[in-house]
Amino acid sequence: MKFSKFFFYRRKITSAVMMSLSLVATLIAIIPLILIFYYTISKGITYLNFDFFVAMPKPVGESGGGMANAIVGTLMLIGIGGAIGIPVGVMAGTYLSEFGNNKFGSTVRFFTDVLSGIPSIVVGVVAYTLIVVPMKHFSGLAGGVALGILMIPTITRTTEEMIKLVPHSLREAGLALGIPKWKTTILIVLKTAWKGIATGILLGLSRAAGETAPLLFTALGNRFWSTNVMQPMASLTVYIYDYAKSPFEDWNNQAWTAALVLILMISVLSLLFKVITRSKYKTK
Amino acid sequence: MVISENQINNENPEYKKQKPVSPTVVFFRKLFFTQNLGDFFFERLTLLFAVLVFLLVMLMGYEMYQGSKISIDKFGWSFLSNSVWDPVQEIYGALPIIYGTIVSSFLALVLSVPLSIGIAIFLSELAPDWLEKPLSFLVELLAGIPSVVYGLWGIFVLVPWIRTDVEPFLSEHLGFLPFFRGAPYGFGMLAAVLILAIMVLPIVSAISRDILRSVPQSQREAALALGATRWQSTKIVLKDARSGILGATMLGLGRAVGETMAVTMVIGNRAMISPSLFDPSYTMASVIANEFTEASSEMYLSALIQLALVLFIITIIINAFAKLLVWSMERKLKTR
Repeated sequence: MKFSKFFFYRRKITSAVMMSLSLVATLIAIIPLILIFYYTISKGITYLNFDFFVAMPKPVGESGGGMANAIVGTLMLIGIGGAIGIPVGVMAGTYLSEFGNNKFGSTVRFFTDVLSGIPSIVVGVVAYTLIVVPMKHFSGLAGGVALGILMIPTITRTTEEMIKLVPHSLREAGLALGIPKWKTTILIVLKTAWKGIATGILLGLSRAAGETAPLLFTALGNRFWSTNVMQPMASLTVYIYDYAKSPFEDWNNQAWTAALVLILMISVLSLLFKVITRSKYKTK
Repeated sequence: MVISENQINNENPEYKKQKPVSPTVVFFRKLFFTQNLGDFFFERLTLLFAVLVFLLVMLMGYEMYQGSKISIDKFGWSFLSNSVWDPVQEIYGALPIIYGTIVSSFLALVLSVPLSIGIAIFLSELAPDWLEKPLSFLVELLAGIPSVVYGLWGIFVLVPWIRTDVEPFLSEHLGFLPFFRGAPYGFGMLAAVLILAIMVLPIVSAISRDILRSVPQSQREAALALGATRWQSTKIVLKDARSGILGATMLGLGRAVGETMAVTMVIGNRAMISPSLFDPSYTMASVIANEFTEASSEMYLSALIQLALVLFIITIIINAFAKLLVWSMERKLKTR
């Protein structure tokens, strides 16, 4: 009797200890998150002013100035990336869900996963050899292409998953009315799934907005106003990198502000993402 | 309606005597006999884009092989085993860089995987719904922060803290070990390991949580009904999920190996092999990020592209392995 009591309590105590350890692990993981947010917001907000959004960067040694060119540059770069990544991703995803139930389909699926695991810096190297080397100079176009490649796997997989959620009865209804399959797919299936696909696209865009490594030697960065995609182009992330490494305190502080603005941009994108997914589940 | 080969064969016995037709003939036959040209082209158009994804990966490998040809011809396999990286004398050996990559990613995983499993257990087995949702959102938020922001935080918060508090403390109390010797710079392997651990954490814990959730509820109920405690039922769940969790760990490893910006900003960037965690080091990704625009000679550039090729191959192997593990876990659960 006493023995069984002993084992009973030992089991109870082990369970309580292990389960509270899992709580401790969660708390430990939250600490760096809170610290990162705290520093980005508290340090970034002190230099956040209207100038940051409209003024150009000042030359070395002068304080003040903004990053108007970098904000526009980041938007243009993810625009170019989207122009490449969205059509490829959506079409490939459509193929995988509608026609991809074969060996080739699973090969493509596997390669999409491989592509999503390739480090962004490697994609940057490829964009360099593909575009920068033949053009003989750095360009926004090369940076945009690199970002586009990085978006493809996210958009492809989300599109496939979302199209698969569309009930079969909808397709059958369309086909039964004599609508050709391609029209059924575009007008009925894709239209039903577009909200989910849009979330995938937003996710891809917001990830691309935070990428630095593939831009370092493709879009390079630019201290002047430039919207020419054939020329080097500024971006917020590369500015953060350069300013964080610089010895000037003013630049270091601006790096924090740039980080805050970048996170705000990404949050707006993911907020859109949340809103879209929520309305989707409500209508269901 | 498309007339398929089989139907023709079944209805007309004469067709059976014919030789198998070539794919080109099949293509044109389908094109002419199809009832709806739109269907025909739509399928092939989407196929084209799917092939594009496939070709893209191939093209990446090919481009990097072409770009690194000079270096591959000169150094061959010794590129991986030579420990001198000297751009001035045009000698490129990646051993210290590979060492830095392996040590930093491995130690980061050692720190973050147990924590991640703890988080996954908490989120899937313990946390009530109202707590679990915001926590999951936080973990996903952590995954969405750009790596350059981690690097920024690393330079101005983590590195000073390591320099003034962590490294003096470690060398005072554990200084008899070779891992904790040397001058406390702050920038170095230790900073890189910590920042990588923070960055890998959300990915591994998010995937592990999904995997623990995919274990059927009946497993837990059966264990609890037999009088098992929470921890005992969790152990059973973990046993079911172990290959999936290993897969999640491998995905985290892939991420750690390829992580560029944050590591470049805190690791100190010097190609050296040192047991001490206080010393600066280098990883493959950070060498490329740091030196690519400075590469003045063709050989230098070629060596850097070869490094990218090695990184490409390593991450493909890691990710394929991870994928296989997660697949095998899913299949096991399905057949049950």
